[in-house]
Amino acid sequence: MRHLLGIEGWRRDELEALLDRAQAHLPGRPDATNILRGKVVANLFFEDSTRTRTSFHMAAKGLGASVMNWTQTGSSVSKGETLLDTARNIEATGPTVIVMRHRSSGAPHLVAKHVRCAIINAGDGTHEHPSQALLDAFTLRQRWGSLDGRTVLILGDIMHSRVARSNLLCLRALGARVVLCGPPTLMPPGLEAMGAEVTHSLDSALPQADAVMCLRLQLERMSENFLPSTREYSRLFGLNAAREERMKEGAVVMHPGPINRGVEIAPSVADGARSVILEQVSNGVAVRRAILEVCAS
Amino acid sequence: MSSTVLFRRGRVIDPRNGVDGVRDVLVRDGKVVEVSEAPLPVPASAEVVDANGKWVVPGFIDLHVHLREPGEEGKETVLTGCRAAVAGGFTAVVAMPNTKVVNDNGMVTELVLSRARAANLCHVYPAGAITKGLKGEEMAEMGELVSAGCVAITDDGRPVMNAALMRRALQYSTQFGVPIMVHEEDLTLSAGGAMHEGATSTRLGLRGIPASAEVAMVARDLVLLEETGARLHLAHVSCEGSVRLIREAKRRGLRVTSEVTPHHLILDDRAVGDYDTHAKMAPPLRSDRDVQALREAIADGTVEAIATDHAPHGVLDKLVEFEKGINGIVGLETALGLTLELVHAGVLTATRAVELLTHGPAQAFSLPGGHLAPGAPADVTVVDPTEEWTVDAHRFYSRSRNTPFHGRKQKGRVVQTWVGGRKVFENGQVGPGKESR
Ligand SMILES: [Zn+2]
Repeated sequence: MRHLLGIEGWRRDELEALLDRAQAHLPGRPDATNILRGKVVANLFFEDSTRTRTSFHMAAKGLGASVMNWTQTGSSVSKGETLLDTARNIEATGPTVIVMRHRSSGAPHLVAKHVRCAIINAGDGTHEHPSQALLDAFTLRQRWGSLDGRTVLILGDIMHSRVARSNLLCLRALGARVVLCGPPTLMPPGLEAMGAEVTHSLDSALPQADAVMCLRLQLERMSENFLPSTREYSRLFGLNAAREERMKEGAVVMHPGPINRGVEIAPSVADGARSVILEQVSNGVAVRRAILEVCAS
Repeated sequence: MSSTVLFRRGRVIDPRNGVDGVRDVLVRDGKVVEVSEAPLPVPASAEVVDANGKWVVPGFIDLHVHLREPGEEGKETVLTGCRAAVAGGFTAVVAMPNTKVVNDNGMVTELVLSRARAANLCHVYPAGAITKGLKGEEMAEMGELVSAGCVAITDDGRPVMNAALMRRALQYSTQFGVPIMVHEEDLTLSAGGAMHEGATSTRLGLRGIPASAEVAMVARDLVLLEETGARLHLAHVSCEGSVRLIREAKRRGLRVTSEVTPHHLILDDRAVGDYDTHAKMAPPLRSDRDVQALREAIADGTVEAIATDHAPHGVLDKLVEFEKGINGIVGLETALGLTLELVHAGVLTATRAVELLTHGPAQAFSLPGGHLAPGAPADVTVVDPTEEWTVDAHRFYSRSRNTPFHGRKQKGRVVQTWVGGRKVFENGQVGPGKESR
């Protein structure tokens, strides 16, 4: 049994082994369907995310596990039950793994200290989203074979993005160069210490990138004065058709979804020839099967 | 019980009176009578304390303590807080007014004082609120608070965001001569923040509180201080920028004093580790660079006092998501050990360390005690500077256990605490004192 609380704490060889394992879970290779037979995977979602929850659900089912879904709506959390109360109650029903999404950074770490089952972080606050980073890395590895020497540009609201943090750690661990680009108000301090290069100029960073990963822009950042307007954001940091043309030959475009079409990415780019967005989604299930397999064993 | 005590052959460290050497100290009827380099004869019926190899120092004074009574007696009471105080070598504490009935009127002040009299362990000096209900809207009756016994005026825990109100409060306080004590935090800059803004908050994905949230308010209040000629005391200073401003203000003769907590001197923001709520406090643990600046500032006299900001909380207040965790840690029973860490590390001399716990705070709030000259109150702490021990939160006298220092090895420990010539703590045992109800 092992937790996946974040990419932090995992070595390169462990990450590689996990990605290799995901290879075996791709559609058409049904060699592992019984791995979790008789076991229970609990989906514990305090924040709605149909996409991630469904992906873990399918992954668990595909391995033969029974899945228990728990979402915050109508739960006892609103009646003053603490996170640990809830987690211990879920634990008492006997799952092998708890897949957990929570709006507070570090919430899965707290639970992991107080329960005996494995905790998989399916996104905590603005901290990490390790399964997303692993499926992104998997998708790139599928293209390139290896990430060594490749440059990935992560674009947008770095500060509030758990996808950006996990990807930074994961891509760096796998040998890629990571450039973070966005407005200064959305760049927290200390990113360089985590191994990133930081720029505020998309147009100078773009031609070097082998992959551009656009992040979803939360529209409430306007009202919090991180940004003056979506219009200005699109002008400075939007991945539009003109910019797409200046990308390296063969460079790919990624997005963790859901997309604000026309804000962080133009529809023609999201659906265009460089886009691997749908591959990311379909790889998600295979990668999450591998994660469940590693954490439940 | 004898009212005469002779402390024999201890190393007396009394910074205010320039004493550091082996002395005999004779106290009688609650006062210091004589401090002698030559051995004194033992008076008839005197209790003799063999202080050979020990430090005999003025009782420690803590300018910043939360006793939680009235209102949150499950966390602490005046009595349990006083027990924790004397166990930590403190003979006087200043009680913050942010209780669950706010100390913004004389009745609450009197209640705290009567509980303290009943506890009968150490001196408790209440601090009254700047504004009614700590709401930051209307000034509390400062005159009544001072005449009821408040020694300082503060909305501690909250800043006074309204600059005009702060200016008036400073002006108004000058007629009473009491210090205004401030918790410096610009709430628009700290909003949503759970820890210091820096590489660690970025790694953990937590919204940061920038140093400017404190420094900008320090700058504002020093400007207001200069115009009003009041006395300003800055609570729990945590950053380099604040220290720089204080240094400059003092050079220009402003009446500003300040305090730093032991935890801000010992830990930096990395102590949050993997979301340890025991390292969550306001102001937050800052960067290593800030810690170094604070250490310089206590050593060079820019900052007068080490104060604990003793903030008891229940277990469930900390056993939650980091962002939801309540701020604060208990401090009375770990203060000396942590301060001595700085002595062992060569940051402070023994004399300066004692001064920061005694004369410095006494002077900042014009309190009695803090030294051992003849005529001074016989508030005395005896320290064994060599005893090695391990912090065990389960054995605290405080009703609460919230500390990041549980299990930490310490060298140097309080062995006796005397208040007004009466022994109230010895070898781990607190003396008399009972609940007043
Ligand atoms: Zn306080």
